[in-house]
Amino acid sequence: MTSALEIAASVRAAERSAREVLDEHLAVIAEREADVHAFNLVTTEHAIAAAVAVDELVAQGGNPGLLAGVPVAIKDNLCTRGVATTCSSKILQGWVPPYDATVVSRLAAAGAIMVGKTNMDEFAMGSSTENSAFGPTRNPHNLSLVPGGSSGGSAAAVAAGFAPISLGSDTGGSIRQPAALCGVVGVKPTYGTVSRLGLVAFGSSLDQVGPFANSVAEAALVCEVIGGHDPGDSTSIPQAFPSVSDHLSDGVAGMRIGLITEMMGEGISPDVAQRIRAAAECLAAAGAEVEEVSVPAVTYGLSAYYLVAPAEASSNLSRYDGVRYGLRVEAPTTGEMMELTRTAGFGDEVKRRIMLGTYALSAGYYDAFYGTALKVRTLIRRDFDTAYERFDALLSPTSPTTAFAFGDKTADPMSMYLNDVCTIASNLAGHPAMSVPYGVGTDGMPVGAQVLAPALGELAMFRVAAVLEGSLV
Amino acid sequence: MTEPTPLQNDTAATQTDLQTAAANRSEARITPEEVAKVAKLARLRLTDEELTRFTGQLADVLEHAADLDLLDLDGVEPMARPIPLANVFRADIPGPLLSREEVLAVAPATEDGFFRVPPVLGESE
Repeated sequence: MTSALEIAASVRAAERSAREVLDEHLAVIAEREADVHAFNLVTTEHAIAAAVAVDELVAQGGNPGLLAGVPVAIKDNLCTRGVATTCSSKILQGWVPPYDATVVSRLAAAGAIMVGKTNMDEFAMGSSTENSAFGPTRNPHNLSLVPGGSSGGSAAAVAAGFAPISLGSDTGGSIRQPAALCGVVGVKPTYGTVSRLGLVAFGSSLDQVGPFANSVAEAALVCEVIGGHDPGDSTSIPQAFPSVSDHLSDGVAGMRIGLITEMMGEGISPDVAQRIRAAAECLAAAGAEVEEVSVPAVTYGLSAYYLVAPAEASSNLSRYDGVRYGLRVEAPTTGEMMELTRTAGFGDEVKRRIMLGTYALSAGYYDAFYGTALKVRTLIRRDFDTAYERFDALLSPTSPTTAFAFGDKTADPMSMYLNDVCTIASNLAGHPAMSVPYGVGTDGMPVGAQVLAPALGELAMFRVAAVLEGSLV
Repeated sequence: MTEPTPLQNDTAATQTDLQTAAANRSEARITPEEVAKVAKLARLRLTDEELTRFTGQLADVLEHAADLDLLDLDGVEPMARPIPLANVFRADIPGPLLSREEVLAVAPATEDGFFRVPPVLGESE
C-alpha cells in the first residue's frame, strides 16, 4: 500500500497524477466495498473534480499542499458542503450541509481528495458500528467480526485500502477502539487542538476529531494539517498543533513511561494484556524507564462517562425536531410532529442515551447523577496529573478484547459500554491518546496499544507510538 | 505537597461495598413510570414493549453508576469542560453568513423565507 506521504510527494513532483491515484483507490473500493460497507456514500464525482483541480495546479507550477492527491475518507458526522451528511441516522434524511467542517476544508486546502463519507454508529453512539441506520460495517480482516466503533467505517476504509487516511471523531474511544480492532493507527488529540466546527455534536465537552492512518507518520501529518486554532470554535486552543512530525525518530531513551495498573487486570483479555506487556518491554529495551503506575480514579470513568455523555447528548440532540432540517413526520400540531419525527428518526441506542441523559439532568436527580459525574471527572484529571508528575506518557490496551462477532453485545448495552473502559478516561480529562497496532491476539486479530499523554503532550505520545511501530517492522 | 485525593482512601473498596451500594441504588431502581415521564420530556413515544425493555436497560446502567456512591466527593469541584477557556469573543467585524436560500432549501417546509411548522396551539398536552 502506498502511504499518504509517498502519494503527496509523487503528486507534487508530477511523477503521478492525483487522478491516477484516485482511480487506483476507486478500483479497490469497487472490489471490496460491497463486502466491507465502510461508506454511506462514495463521492466519486466530487473526488474526480478535486483530483483534476490538484493536477491542474501542479501543471501550472502551483503548490497543491502537504496532502496533494491523497484520497481521504470522512466520517459521516463531519459536515461537507453540498454532500449529504447523515450521522448514519434516519433523522438527517435529505439534509445537505451548506458548509464544510473546518477539518474538511483544511484537508481540501492541503490537496487531499475526499472519496466518501464513512459509516458509523448512529450519532457516534456505539462501539461496533452495528447502530448504523444503514447496516453495519464489517472488519476487513475478518468479515464476520465488527470493525469497532463508532468510527468503524473510517477505520475499515483505511484497513481495506480504500484511502490511506481518514477522519473520525472520538467522544469515548470512537477513533482509538476501531483503530485497534482494524489494525490501524488512530489518534484522539488534546481537546481543543482540532476544531469541532462542523462536527455534528454528541458530547461537546468530550468530542474531538482525529485521524486514522496505516502509520504513525501519516497520522502525525494529518493532525498538523487539521489542527490549530479555529476562531469559529470557541473551545479551540489559540495555538498551532504541536509539531510532531519532526520528532518521530527521536526515540524514547530517558523517557518515563507508566503502564496503567487499572487497565491491565480484570476485564482485559489475557492475550491483549500479554501484547501490552510486550509493548512495555519493547519501550524499556529502547531506553525508556517503564514501570507500573496506579491511576485509581480511571476505574470510575465508565460510570461518570455514561452520565456525562448522555446528558450532553440529550441537550445536543434536542435540535432534531423536524423543524429546520432532516426528517419530518407530518402531524396536526407542532408538538405531535416533533414527537413522531424523533420517534421515527432515532434508533434504539440514541433513544436510550437521550432518555438516560434527560433523567440524569432532571429535577431531583441532577446533583446525584450529573453533578456527581462532573466531580469524578475532576478526580480523574487529578489522578492523571499525579501520574504525569512522574511519567511523560502512559501505556495501556486500547480495547479489552480483539474484534468480536456481530450481535455479541447488542442485546445488553452495558456489555457494549464496557468496551470503552480503557479509552473513556482520556476524553473525560481532555487528554490526548492514540492507538497503535501491536501484533495480534490468539484469534489472529489485531491488538492496539494505547499511548496516553497529558494535555498538549502529543510530542511524547507520538514518540512512544513511533518506537512501538518501529519495533514491529 | 498536594492533598491526597479522597479517592485514594477508597481504592480498597471491597466487593461487598460495591454490592451494598448497588443494592441501595437498586431499591431506587428506575421505574417504568419514570422512564415514560423522561420519554415524554425528550419527545419520544415508546411502545409498551420498548418501555419495559428500556426500563431494564437504563436501570442496569444506573446500577453500574452506583460505584460513584462510594466516593467521598466533599469539596471536589465539578469539571464541566476540559480546558478553562471562557468568554471567547471574536473581533466585532461582520463576516460572511450562510445564505438564507441555501439553509431553507434543505428545510422540511418553508414559507416566505421562514421555516413552516404545523399549528403550535391546540396541543392536547
